[in-house]
Amino acid sequence: MLKIENLHATAGGKEILKGISLTVSAGEVHAIMGPNGSGKSTLAQIIAGHPGYEVTGGTVTYEGNDLLAMQAEERAQKGVFLAFQYPIEIPGVTNAYFFRTAYNEVRKANGKEELDPIEFLDYMETKLKLVEMDPAMLSRSVNAGFSGGEKKRNEILQMAVLEPKLAILDETDSGLDIDALRVVAGGVNALRRPDNAAIVVTHYQRLLNYIVPDFVHVLAGGKIVKSGGKELALELEAKGYDWVMEAA
Amino acid sequence: MSTATPYESSFAALRGPGGSAWLPALRREAMDRFNTLGFPTTRNEDWHFTSVTPIAERVFKVAPAKSGPSSLSPADVSALVIGDPAWHRLVFVNGRFESSLSHFAGLPAEVRITTLVEALKESPEFVAEHLGKLAKSEGQTFTAFNTAFAQDGVVIHVPRGEIVDAPVHIVHISDSGASGVGMHPRLLVVAEPLSQIAIVESFTCNGQLSSSYLMNAVAEIEIGNGARVDHYQIQRESTDSFHVATTQVRQGRDSTYHSFSYAAGAALSRTNIYTQLSGDGAEARLNGLYLIDGAQHADHQTFVEHLAPSCASRELYKGILDGGSHGVFNGKVYVDPIAQKTDGKQTNHALLLSDHARVDTKPQLEIFADDVKCTHGATVGRLDESALFYLKSRGLGADNARALLTYAFAAEVLETIELDTLREGLEALAFARFTQGEQR
Repeated sequence: MLKIENLHATAGGKEILKGISLTVSAGEVHAIMGPNGSGKSTLAQIIAGHPGYEVTGGTVTYEGNDLLAMQAEERAQKGVFLAFQYPIEIPGVTNAYFFRTAYNEVRKANGKEELDPIEFLDYMETKLKLVEMDPAMLSRSVNAGFSGGEKKRNEILQMAVLEPKLAILDETDSGLDIDALRVVAGGVNALRRPDNAAIVVTHYQRLLNYIVPDFVHVLAGGKIVKSGGKELALELEAKGYDWVMEAA
Repeated sequence: MSTATPYESSFAALRGPGGSAWLPALRREAMDRFNTLGFPTTRNEDWHFTSVTPIAERVFKVAPAKSGPSSLSPADVSALVIGDPAWHRLVFVNGRFESSLSHFAGLPAEVRITTLVEALKESPEFVAEHLGKLAKSEGQTFTAFNTAFAQDGVVIHVPRGEIVDAPVHIVHISDSGASGVGMHPRLLVVAEPLSQIAIVESFTCNGQLSSSYLMNAVAEIEIGNGARVDHYQIQRESTDSFHVATTQVRQGRDSTYHSFSYAAGAALSRTNIYTQLSGDGAEARLNGLYLIDGAQHADHQTFVEHLAPSCASRELYKGILDGGSHGVFNGKVYVDPIAQKTDGKQTNHALLLSDHARVDTKPQLEIFADDVKCTHGATVGRLDESALFYLKSRGLGADNARALLTYAFAAEVLETIELDTLREGLEALAFARFTQGEQR
């Protein structure tokens, strides 16, 4: 589904990614772990098409196409989704309108008919239950005045609505209490299917108790320094990141 | 004596709205002041970024007398303005009062809402006591011009402790009959202690005009101790016209004045909102939004005078400028030596949608007390890149994402409007303007 080869990227002239290679197939969940400043979030944002980074080398292929040649909206329309570490507040635009517009834009791009507001509300009902969200959230402005937990839940709700093929969760666990973490992870697990895949970016092993990965990669200094199965996360939890970095 | 303006002859021919000897004297004094001052030039600090040459080089006619009842129906008026038809409504067409389109019954017995012409007949002493007391002609050309030429207007008197539940909607409609005309409506509001009222002034046009008109409105608002006045000005004039509106407020102890200015019309507009916080604990909130395009020019000047201790003022102005439009925001705050514990905050943000649009902002703080908290912040910019990326990452195309964020920029200040009908109406207008659709 996704094939990253020898990816190099800079931000503001500073090299952040120094040759990343990663292959994600349908049905898989990959965890990317690593210390702060290792380039985890940069990798997530580059896959989603953030304009603030310059790719200086390497390739990213998504379903056989050059992902880096696509605009951010085109990537979203083709099934790439990034759950933001810091979701943006948009006062004045209701969640309901935002969700419906996003959903219909994606449907339109895929040659499907748009849903009208009533049909869309029916569709939303099941999705809201998935992340245990109050329907009243729909009439509030996008993320405006939301608590940290509400913002993250709202991200997973967007993921549930858009049903992406490749979901990237950027530190979705940061700032969440254990109940919110359980709800968010439950939502992600419920959306797992043999034909989609997820990349879970996290600093801590905690989230991986709930979203069990098939592969764990450790990113440090802009490179993947170690890859393994889910047991690698537990080892990191016990020994810390220094151990991998020394071994590398 | 200076050279007379081209308006001297039409002034001489004008009878005025009525009143006994005091009013002709007040008008004559204002006319002399107008002649002496002349129109301000950009050398005048208060008019540095706004040239009124297009107004000065024309000679606007006096509004013609009514030739008969208006052809508009109350439903036509409702379609032209944003507001609830159930509100009290006073309608002026081309500067002349239309009683058939107006209704303001069901008021508490002691509350008086009437036209200036009627008030001068019914309670001349009251008008004489208040008219021209807050909005002075000294140094203010357009106020002098209005005082000299005002033919009618609205007088509102809310006695002590009275609460007027429904807002009072004052509607000014200009149609083809306003071509080349200068209109000078006057609003006088006296809200006695502990009273409450909300006033909406709508300025709009109907159909095509063969030449520009001038709307030069003046409002004087006296707010007694513990009283509250909410004041909305919705300016949607013809984009060929000129609009100048000056509001002068004086606030007593623990009083509240909330002002919202919406400006989307006129070729050239200037909105002055001046308030004096004269009693301890008074609060003023001045918010506004202007949306301009093409060759439009919109200038807002606010002046908050903290003249007593423990008063608070809040200002939030936003502008969205497209085409080759030009916006000006000048926010002045004065804190008197006696005004300790002043809490003042002023914010203004402008969003430029085109490379040719321009905005000049000038916050001015003059603080002469030492125990005060006063801040001001101004930004001029473009849409937030991280918000654009957020929307695009959800599948919205670049144009769609920009439109939605532009609307959101406007909605953030429209949200502060407490009258639901007005807020929802303006939100729908802004939404349609930027996204060509409906939100709900």
